[in-house]
Amino acid sequence: MDSSVFFGWSTVAYIFAMILYIGYIAFKNNAVGVAATAVTVGGFASQTLAILLRWKEFAEIGNMGILRAIPLTNLYESLIFFVWCLILAYLVIEYKYKTKSFGAFITPVAGLVLAFIDISGMSKNIQPLVPALQSNWLLVHVMMSFISYAMFAVSFSTGLMYLISSTDDRKDPAYIFWTVMLSIFVIVLAAMGLDYLTFKLSVKSQEDLIRSYLFKASFRSSSSAVSAGSVAVAAAFTFVVWRFGGIMKKIIRSFEISSEVLDEITYKSIAMGFPIFTLGGLIFGAIWADQAWGKYWTWDPKETWSLITWFFYAFYLHSRLMRGWKGKKVAIVAVLGFIAVIFTYLGVNLLLSGLHSYGSE
Amino acid sequence: MENENKPIPAESPNKSLTDRIWDLFASVKLAVVIFSLIALTSVVGTLLEQNAEPEKNIQILEKLFHIGHETAHSLYGVLDQIGFTDMYRSWWFFSFLLLFAANLIICSIARLPRVWKLAREPIRPLSADLIEKVSIKRALTVKGKPLQAKELVQSALKEIGFKPVAAVSEEAAAGDHTFQVYAEKGNYSRLGVYITHLSILIILAGAIIGLFFGFNAFLNLPEGETSSVAYKDRGKEIPLGFEIRCDNFEVEYYGQSDMPKSYKSWLSVYKNGKKVKEKQIVVNDPLTYDGITFYQSSFGLVPNSQGKGIIILKVTSAGGQSQDIQAKVGDTFLIPGTTVHGRISDFSPALSIDPSGKPFTYDEQLKNPAVFIDFSGAGQTTSGWILKRYPQTGNLQDGNRVQLVDVWGVEYTGMQVRRDPGVGIVYLGCIIMAVGLFMSFFMSHRRIWVAVSEDKSGSKITVGASAHRNRATFENKVDKLVSILSGGPKGGNK
Repeated sequence: MDSSVFFGWSTVAYIFAMILYIGYIAFKNNAVGVAATAVTVGGFASQTLAILLRWKEFAEIGNMGILRAIPLTNLYESLIFFVWCLILAYLVIEYKYKTKSFGAFITPVAGLVLAFIDISGMSKNIQPLVPALQSNWLLVHVMMSFISYAMFAVSFSTGLMYLISSTDDRKDPAYIFWTVMLSIFVIVLAAMGLDYLTFKLSVKSQEDLIRSYLFKASFRSSSSAVSAGSVAVAAAFTFVVWRFGGIMKKIIRSFEISSEVLDEITYKSIAMGFPIFTLGGLIFGAIWADQAWGKYWTWDPKETWSLITWFFYAFYLHSRLMRGWKGKKVAIVAVLGFIAVIFTYLGVNLLLSGLHSYGSE
Repeated sequence: MENENKPIPAESPNKSLTDRIWDLFASVKLAVVIFSLIALTSVVGTLLEQNAEPEKNIQILEKLFHIGHETAHSLYGVLDQIGFTDMYRSWWFFSFLLLFAANLIICSIARLPRVWKLAREPIRPLSADLIEKVSIKRALTVKGKPLQAKELVQSALKEIGFKPVAAVSEEAAAGDHTFQVYAEKGNYSRLGVYITHLSILIILAGAIIGLFFGFNAFLNLPEGETSSVAYKDRGKEIPLGFEIRCDNFEVEYYGQSDMPKSYKSWLSVYKNGKKVKEKQIVVNDPLTYDGITFYQSSFGLVPNSQGKGIIILKVTSAGGQSQDIQAKVGDTFLIPGTTVHGRISDFSPALSIDPSGKPFTYDEQLKNPAVFIDFSGAGQTTSGWILKRYPQTGNLQDGNRVQLVDVWGVEYTGMQVRRDPGVGIVYLGCIIMAVGLFMSFFMSHRRIWVAVSEDKSGSKITVGASAHRNRATFENKVDKLVSILSGGPKGGNK
């Protein structure tokens, strides 16, 4: 059996687990909770097997040593690994903090990312390594980067939950911040889902995705009525979230996780992610660039955005020590930090390279 | 209530200008401002393509803001004037980095003495009421006199990895046999933050050294040619101090596809006419001589070289006699030990066959080189294409074999040439940063005090402990200590 079968099973498992976790929160039934964890562990095991199988396939096709054949060389493989790290981090938190409440938040993210892979129609083919990637640094650099991204993803969700559970005044900037953030998140995903339902075509390249596909069914539609309508719907949605955000707070409060625990998990995942990101992402990346191209730092968009991300989290760590910066303000920094992560990881590859390729048309 | 004898608060308006500047640089607020400045300008720098043709960035601006060509052109002019088109080398970006360094130094100096004292100050016994106030507290009672318990406490502390500093008899004069054993660990981990800060400064220093005393240049070296210089932007020559020759360049492909597997250059270094070094370089494996490093970076065809390359053939007769032949298009060669002649009549750098079966050249690069050879002799003539990628095309009907080994002299290897005396310092900074981060995030200053006093039923043990970071992990250790302490004597009684 090849790896894609196991990837398929894990996607189904994560989506099923999401339903179980939500059921657990709603009915507080222990059996449902145990089933949710079991399904997540099953999905994780299946995904682990899939990654190992793909690793083996990769080594055979490229005819390379096993250490160099790590399946982390394109967007598809890196997203898979990101989900894997995220689920692993979640299972550790569930075990350590004895709470299943985050499951309802993490498993949908995992399911959505895996579904995004299918929606965007990105290439799943195994391609042999281009000469620049044939280095032992690939393994440590990419793997550590993604472990840190998963840590930051955890801090993003707990940071957002912290904000939701500790604000209800509609004029509070922190309240406005999280309602807008959550709305954008949902709107972007909905718009991408709409694109998929409308076009259902598979995309050849990432640039193609941005140029002629992304948001074409909504915001960037050729019909101005549709695009104006999309903006209006998005604005209305944001308003509704803002107006009724208190309901979200009640839901999160019903999980019985204190905001101290949320703050602690946010801090701990950043305190784990930051040194791993610094060492694996920035330092090992620089050493690799030095050996491959003779330049350890060239201020290319990827490097620059990693540095911006690094600044965000360095600021988060310092701001906790500053007077008057505990609580909501640092949670906002944690949420913004992850947006920088998303941009470093996806935005630079999809948008900036796409933007530059416009110029060469 | 304000007390008039209180010392002047830090925000006093009577402070001198230097003090105010010092305070400004020591503040985290300035750090935030500098972080934001670097981040925001960098974002602009990633949107515009750096060091690109003006037209490219004007097009980007048009797309970005949906503006006309004229407006985009004038906007580009403004951005170009400020330096955004080559911003990472602009004076103002460099000043941001220097401000960042200054802020880092002063912030660290302002806070270091207090932390240094905390790290250096040896642990002291705590009075009974202070033990009650530390963050982790445990209490238990064991059988036996305090003097017996002392041994137990010391060995238990050793078991959880602490070296008990001393056991003092507190209030010994009172004669109540109270002991306190205390220990600490990881006191220098408090300095981790400052080591990390220092490492950033070391990396910046290394980068500046590289900027002023090193160079980044480029060299396109055709096969068989020698150069004693490399070229910087705008063609400025940089003497190397030795000569470098490209003996050969080759692209290796995955199987029979056009997907490159590796770019290889065979380089030789000559000094005063003598060969001093030889190496085959690939991407990720450069050659270094005399502080100058050559990185495999690109390749291409030498202009106007088409058809001028030397074709290297390996010719083997049916009888097993073999010979290497160097020839050009139009040349004739003899298969050794036979009377068969071959004449190279055509050459293609990348041969393919169109749907109608007609061969054609699909690329200028040497992707799939092939030679067309007419064979004559021994009463028969044959002809056909022989491809490097498909050696079986050279198996002739009469048992002779002709292999296309290489086409030499038409490609150049493109190399990044660098001298960077600061790179060692940057690497050192990276190592120090790793150490500093490890100390900052995974170690903590842990202190533990164990007081033993006499009790009616034996000895009362009070444990107080504190960790300046990762308290929960330390709390588990303390619980382990408590279970060792309470398990010990009980086990003895059974």
